[in-house]
Amino acid sequence: MTLEVLQAPPRTTIQDRGRPGWAHLGVPRAGALDRPAADLANRLVGNHESAALVEAVMGGLRLRGSGGHWVAVTGAACPVSVNGRPAGFGRPEWLPDGGVLEIGTPPAGVRVMLAVAGGIAVPPMLGSRSTDTLAQVGPPFVQQGQRLPIGSPAGPPQPVDAVPARPTTAMRVYPGPGLDWFTPGALEELCTRPWTVSTESDRIGMRLEGPALTRARTGEMHSEPMVLGSVQVPANGRPLVFLADHPVTGGYPVLAVVSEADLWVAAQSRPGETINFARA
Amino acid sequence: MNAITGIRPVGPHAVLVSVADADAAVALATWARDRLDAVDIVPAARSVLVDGIADVSLVTEQVATWPGPAQSTPGPLVELEVRYDGPDLADVAQLWGLAPDEAAQRHADLEHRVAFCGFAPGFGYLSGLPEEWAVPRLSSPRSRVPAGAVAVADQWTGVYPQASPGGWRIIGHTDAELWDPRRQPPALLAPGVRVRFRQVR
Repeated sequence: MTLEVLQAPPRTTIQDRGRPGWAHLGVPRAGALDRPAADLANRLVGNHESAALVEAVMGGLRLRGSGGHWVAVTGAACPVSVNGRPAGFGRPEWLPDGGVLEIGTPPAGVRVMLAVAGGIAVPPMLGSRSTDTLAQVGPPFVQQGQRLPIGSPAGPPQPVDAVPARPTTAMRVYPGPGLDWFTPGALEELCTRPWTVSTESDRIGMRLEGPALTRARTGEMHSEPMVLGSVQVPANGRPLVFLADHPVTGGYPVLAVVSEADLWVAAQSRPGETINFARA
Repeated sequence: MNAITGIRPVGPHAVLVSVADADAAVALATWARDRLDAVDIVPAARSVLVDGIADVSLVTEQVATWPGPAQSTPGPLVELEVRYDGPDLADVAQLWGLAPDEAAQRHADLEHRVAFCGFAPGFGYLSGLPEEWAVPRLSSPRSRVPAGAVAVADQWTGVYPQASPGGWRIIGHTDAELWDPRRQPPALLAPGVRVRFRQVR
């Protein structure tokens, strides 16, 4: 059982829940950037939530199935069709043997998740099938012409799930370990201003533009280990939110830490859009 | 009094412990790995992250019972065969006021210890060079350093697991397989490992 990739945009990856537990060896965790969407897609097709799926930036996927598969598309809402006929977003769809699944461009949001019953069965590396775009651990980017191996379905599809509405809210933050590197009002400033998502955002981090946050201390910090969701503030004062492929250590102070439950907002925010933070 | 200088929560599932130096950090990380229920325990130059924990206050209390680096057990010893033929050996030797072969011998006579990993999977920061032998980084990094390059910067020695850009001064090369994700453990130079460089010609 395979899925043949007829078309995939650049930087299409395979993701699961990532490979936590290896940071001490310099290995990033990786894993689906929009975790709730990945979990939903897997549930819809009857997979365990740890199954690997396809993560595509701005949709634009075309795949041909062999053998017949249940598939589900979640994340940024986008047009879905099977053999040219409109199909559902956020619900299980049957892709017949030889059928072509086409996933269009989402009018809003960024990342589209595609789950297939049985999961993408590329060989795991360090316990995960996730592509790590920073350290190149795990499978390479998905390429046109590639045949993705598909595992055996774990159970029947679960079409009962309704796609939960996800109004984009402020990302909740906790005070960071580097709070004392900033002027007293810096965390308040982070939480009261709107921030613009920079074009230089990727799976490693979301860079933000806005008036610079001010430091109380100058000088160089010793590199520290970083958690997922760290809001690092480099010398230019513009915050950077560490996402799944972030380096395990960083050399700039961390003003705040974004609640893991809200990181999907970063995964789905386009360059030029504004995002907000709020105290957890 | 132990060597911990601060314990700070990092969100609801992690704490960052500050210590005096890299040796204390790796000693604490090794101690914590045997005792704490955490997903990741990550040493760095002056701190240890304990991440993926259920109860921040419980772990904070547990960390506070660390007896300090003096009690730490030495890690396993790895011996690496090195050809001291790096393009920067002559410059490093000059900084140390030695002939190149003397500088090589001096580096090989030391016992090094992996303090922490970073930069790339399996890239260990090895402590062991004394302060007066600290070496500045290259003013402009090389676009490609070959896999197996043994290099120094500040007081660190490192071995590049894969070819990559790099600004450290290359003093030699090893054929050892530093990183193999199919091996257990995947990194030859994991935090706590003691390292001897054996000179081959």
